[in-house]
Amino acid sequence: MDQSYRLSDVGLINRDKKLSFKFNGKTYYGYEGDTLASALIANGVHLIGRSFKYHRPRGFFGAGVDEPYAIVQLYRNGETEPNIKATEQELFEGLEATSVNCWPSVNFDIGAINNFFKMFLPAGFYYKTFMWPKSFWYKVYEPFIRKAAGLGVASTKHDKERYEHKYEYCDLLIAGSGPSGLASAYAAAKNGARVILAEDKARHGGTLLTSDANIGNQSGKEWADGIISELKEMPNVVVKNRSQVFGYYDHNMLVMSERISDHLPQTKKYHPKQRLWYIRAKEVLISSGSIERPIVFGNNDTPGVMLSSAAKEYLKVYGVLVGRNPLIFTNNDSGYETAIEFKKKGVEPIILDTRKDPQSEVVDEAKNLGINIKFSYVVVAAQGYKKVKSADIAKISDDKEQLGTVENIKCDCICVSGFWTPTIHLASQSGNKTKFNEDIDAFVPGTSKQNETTLGAANGTYTLEETLKSSFETGHELSKKITNNNNEISFPNVVEKKSTTHDKFWCVPLPEGKNYKRFLDFQNDVAVSDVEIALKEGYRSIEHVKRYTTLGMATDQGKTSNLNGLQLVSNIENKVVPNVGHTTFRPPYTPVSIGAIVGREVGKHSKPTRKSPMHSWHEKNNAVFVDAGVWLRPRYYKQGNENLFEGSKREAKNVRTNVGVCDVTTLGKIDIKGPDAAELLNRVYTNAWLKLPVGKARYGVMLREDGIVMDDGTTTRISENHYHMTTTTAQAANVLSHLEYYLQLVWPELNVNVVSTTEQWAGAAVAGPKSRDLLQKLFPNSDVSNEGLPFMGYMEGDLFGVKARIFRISFSGELAYEVNVESDNGNFMWKKIMEVGQQFKIQPYGTEALSTLRIEMGHVAGSELDGRTIPYDNSLEGLLSKKKDFIGKRSLTREAFVAEDRQKVVGVVPLDKKTSIPEGSHLVKDSNAPLPNPKLGYISASCWSVEHDNPFSLAILKDGKNMIGEKLFVMSPVKNKVIPVEIVSSHYVDPKGERVRS
Amino acid sequence: MLHIKCPHCGMRSQNEFSYGGDATVKRPELNKEVTDQDWNNFVYNRKSLRGKHLELWQHLSGCRQWIKVERDTATHEIFRTLKANEDNS
Repeated sequence: MDQSYRLSDVGLINRDKKLSFKFNGKTYYGYEGDTLASALIANGVHLIGRSFKYHRPRGFFGAGVDEPYAIVQLYRNGETEPNIKATEQELFEGLEATSVNCWPSVNFDIGAINNFFKMFLPAGFYYKTFMWPKSFWYKVYEPFIRKAAGLGVASTKHDKERYEHKYEYCDLLIAGSGPSGLASAYAAAKNGARVILAEDKARHGGTLLTSDANIGNQSGKEWADGIISELKEMPNVVVKNRSQVFGYYDHNMLVMSERISDHLPQTKKYHPKQRLWYIRAKEVLISSGSIERPIVFGNNDTPGVMLSSAAKEYLKVYGVLVGRNPLIFTNNDSGYETAIEFKKKGVEPIILDTRKDPQSEVVDEAKNLGINIKFSYVVVAAQGYKKVKSADIAKISDDKEQLGTVENIKCDCICVSGFWTPTIHLASQSGNKTKFNEDIDAFVPGTSKQNETTLGAANGTYTLEETLKSSFETGHELSKKITNNNNEISFPNVVEKKSTTHDKFWCVPLPEGKNYKRFLDFQNDVAVSDVEIALKEGYRSIEHVKRYTTLGMATDQGKTSNLNGLQLVSNIENKVVPNVGHTTFRPPYTPVSIGAIVGREVGKHSKPTRKSPMHSWHEKNNAVFVDAGVWLRPRYYKQGNENLFEGSKREAKNVRTNVGVCDVTTLGKIDIKGPDAAELLNRVYTNAWLKLPVGKARYGVMLREDGIVMDDGTTTRISENHYHMTTTTAQAANVLSHLEYYLQLVWPELNVNVVSTTEQWAGAAVAGPKSRDLLQKLFPNSDVSNEGLPFMGYMEGDLFGVKARIFRISFSGELAYEVNVESDNGNFMWKKIMEVGQQFKIQPYGTEALSTLRIEMGHVAGSELDGRTIPYDNSLEGLLSKKKDFIGKRSLTREAFVAEDRQKVVGVVPLDKKTSIPEGSHLVKDSNAPLPNPKLGYISASCWSVEHDNPFSLAILKDGKNMIGEKLFVMSPVKNKVIPVEIVSSHYVDPKGERVRS
Repeated sequence: MLHIKCPHCGMRSQNEFSYGGDATVKRPELNKEVTDQDWNNFVYNRKSLRGKHLELWQHLSGCRQWIKVERDTATHEIFRTLKANEDNS
């Protein structure tokens, strides 16, 4: 029958809006304002999944973030998401969910056979069993375990949803909008503080939604509603629901995930699905409340066994009965409150209280209502497989050691209350040194490390009056400190029933001859016996016990299991709980979607893409692009059906025979100005710079202090105190920081300024024997002859009305120039070069041809200057000045750097002149030598030499200087290649460098 | 994420800065004889202190100034920040 467990006269759901949803293929109905859990319970569905290890039936245990069982696979708007807690997922029209961790179905699960073999699956089972044989791990064990022990399936499709990040600053961040959160927010807001109030659930109010207490002659809920609507009107307050503050990081930065659209059938247009907030707060108030603690007894994982507070919440918030025949098992007054609510709705509960004779207003009310209460009674074991059918109960002795005769009573749910555990996760994450509070048998925040204060139940304060009082005061005091305002607000009158102390009883002993599983951790199937084994095997630290048994791990992070686990360890070890200590609380408090963490930085936005001003021209002319750092550069310009190899060969050949043009905008450019600019260059570069004339460029190499080559490039003296430095594309940012470091910290006496001008200039390299003829046509008013503009010369020119810088520098080894214009004119320059270049058969060339040209010339680049080589290795030792000091010079005398057989760059040609050599291959003397075959060097760069029409590579080779002419082998196990090669000079083309000077 | 007070720009988040190591290391002067041991200490040897540490940071995505930050390496507490040319003492 439709929603047969729904009550008609209670709850905060919207009964005017009926919603249909599917669970495991079957259609059910619920109401707007339901969670998936409350809607299922309303329909009498309690079997929702199977447990992790033994595949035992699983129902609902809680009603919120603490839920260890009810994890489902969610389907929404064509997407699927695993690891969704049914207790958190709000119902929407058309929601679909399925059980996880069961096969073939939740009702009949083959994995449940593990339940009968549980003696073979104790703690540490995986470590002990799947160790041998080693080769079985990947092929047999791991796939089996993964299939058997999953918590849902991640989608392999691209996530269509949008996620956003937001940065926010505030005076007070208040995590949790229960009584303490509301009171402190209200006091602080009235005092003018900038407040963010965050609530994890859809509804504000926390325990006020289910409590009987009155505040200022209103019900708790009415009072909460009033405060919230007032706060929402205030300009200095941000009120957020569905927002979980899950991480507390250094310097009071907290991260919160806001679920904006998860409760809707689909995300609204222009809305994100979730938003991640990075909040920097001056003060943090943690009002995260507390979570009810279970009591451990036999078969306490049977569906129908749940927290008594959850039963109360299902009843009062959702109008749903978790059972018609409830058994309440409690060691404190909270269980009575649940029983009273049942009784008020005409349901007859039975209370089993572990206490002998408690006296309080709450107990009296239960007695007056005529509720059946059994004192000094415990649940020994739940009976029933897929749902609780009855309970074995017994009287317990005053010392809690002896059980009386076991009786069986009928019930359809067991609501357990083992008292309350403060939610200290955020406080602990902040570095707060927690302390153990004997009165409540739990850890509470102690000494703060950061500016945080914990209030209310999260601080172990369990009465409403005290909570509200301290929260009003704290909110007022902290805001006063920040705003200097002093608006006192009057404290409302609170009426609540008084409770008495709880019984420090947490685990029911096993009856004679019975061996019930008594679970501590419900999500990971960790039973009392597992922890006993771990301790027997010598595990002592609670952190080790956790990892060995998986107690407190996985998605619920032991929110309901931690303290009982600690109790057990301390009992066995004869220690008190504070001496055992708790495991570290780490963010996130609850699972956060990967989408929210990644935000907008997905796909093309995972990093910025930089494009040159000529990018659109390249696109129109069939450029195939390649990532070069953050830049997109043309790799080659495809003609017809050409592939990369054919295209780049054609382009390189055209440079060697006619003229080519390459976009070199990406090169790093640094403008250097000041009277000491030359002195700076002289210290940074290895060669001499003091005598470089105006209008001349020079090639330079810079080192790190450890002697390793950092970067190379040319620097040009534009005028007396003005230099233009170029760096490699990859190192541009690092070189600028490097210069700033020395100027600001090491040599502040140097009067020099440096600034990046990479984006200010568009650059085109014009290279090839016909490049001068082309230059002459481009700059008819300038003398670009060999005399007017010699090699390494510089001049300014007029490019059809646009001011240009002309450098005669070459990377290709050909006669070449580099033309720079201001970025806005880049396209104009490029088009003019192409237009005028037609008569010289100009072709654009990409990075692949650029590499080919530099490799066969033996010009070192990034693949040789890889952060492991010194100038000698790159045959750059000629650039090391003997007369002056420079950065890194002192390191070059290190023993390894001056060794006789030091590695050096060489050329490598395959003996068959046909086989291409894979980059990264190793060079060895004997290809058949036993492993490990001694490595002599490695291939740093490979190309097809267009000059010689055969493969050619550069390599860094041990004793490279004396290896020219040697025959070696190139080995690439990755490509499964062995290639006989000859070592040649790295200068394969124009070894004397005549062309660049022609 | 740390919150660092740049002496030029004010309080900024750590992701605007890059770390630059021990601020008390002094580069040997240019053109001076340096023993192998001294040079080795300058280039490679650093103390991994627990506690108060004077270190360099560059406000990379801000004013690009190198600054000195006195920070507790264990607790991340920042005691003071200095401009590059301000005295440590």
